[in-house]
Amino acid sequence: MIEYDLPFWIALPAAVLLVVAGVLALTGSLGLIRLSSFYQRIHAPTMGNTMGVGCVLIASMMVFSWTQSRPILHEVLIVLLLFLTSPVTAMLLMRAAVYRQREGGKHDDGRNE
Amino acid sequence: MTTILIVAAYFAMGCFVLGMVPCMVRLWRGPTAQDRVLALDALYINGMLTILVAGILFNTMLYFDIALLIALFGFVGSAALSKFLLRGEVIEP
Repeated sequence: MIEYDLPFWIALPAAVLLVVAGVLALTGSLGLIRLSSFYQRIHAPTMGNTMGVGCVLIASMMVFSWTQSRPILHEVLIVLLLFLTSPVTAMLLMRAAVYRQREGGKHDDGRNE
Repeated sequence: MTTILIVAAYFAMGCFVLGMVPCMVRLWRGPTAQDRVLALDALYINGMLTILVAGILFNTMLYFDIALLIALFGFVGSAALSKFLLRGEVIEP
């Protein structure tokens, strides 16, 4: 548990960022069951991928920079990694979906929409 | 003032864990295989965010490395599964 005392100007922005990240990630995940086709569904989790991760990591940077009393910038690594890799995954997945749909679902598990 | 941060961290953790439920539903009954890969992708992002918020809450830098590893291996898994769906094999000669 947190046993240190944070000043006002760090605790409040960090809390706001955490709440925003939670709401964004929850909305993006709910889109996975709300939207109807795969090409709509692939848009939904990118909200948590970009804004959610960014907000959580900025909050983490602020809190740890105060508690360790030195600038902590390791979190930029995760942001950089995710921003580089998630478009690659999305493009590969989209190409796979287009290919499999054009093949007429003969590689499918028999439960096409 | 720290109480606000603790409450916000618990709220964010609850949101991330709750956000895993739709991913599990989509993983269980996605009509096609690419839906399941997409659900796995969203699932590991949510798990990574939960671990990061736990790191803020428990005040250790240890969870950061675990989150980095989860992001790395999650990308490798998603890319390999997508490549398999696209070509039928992962590493081509």
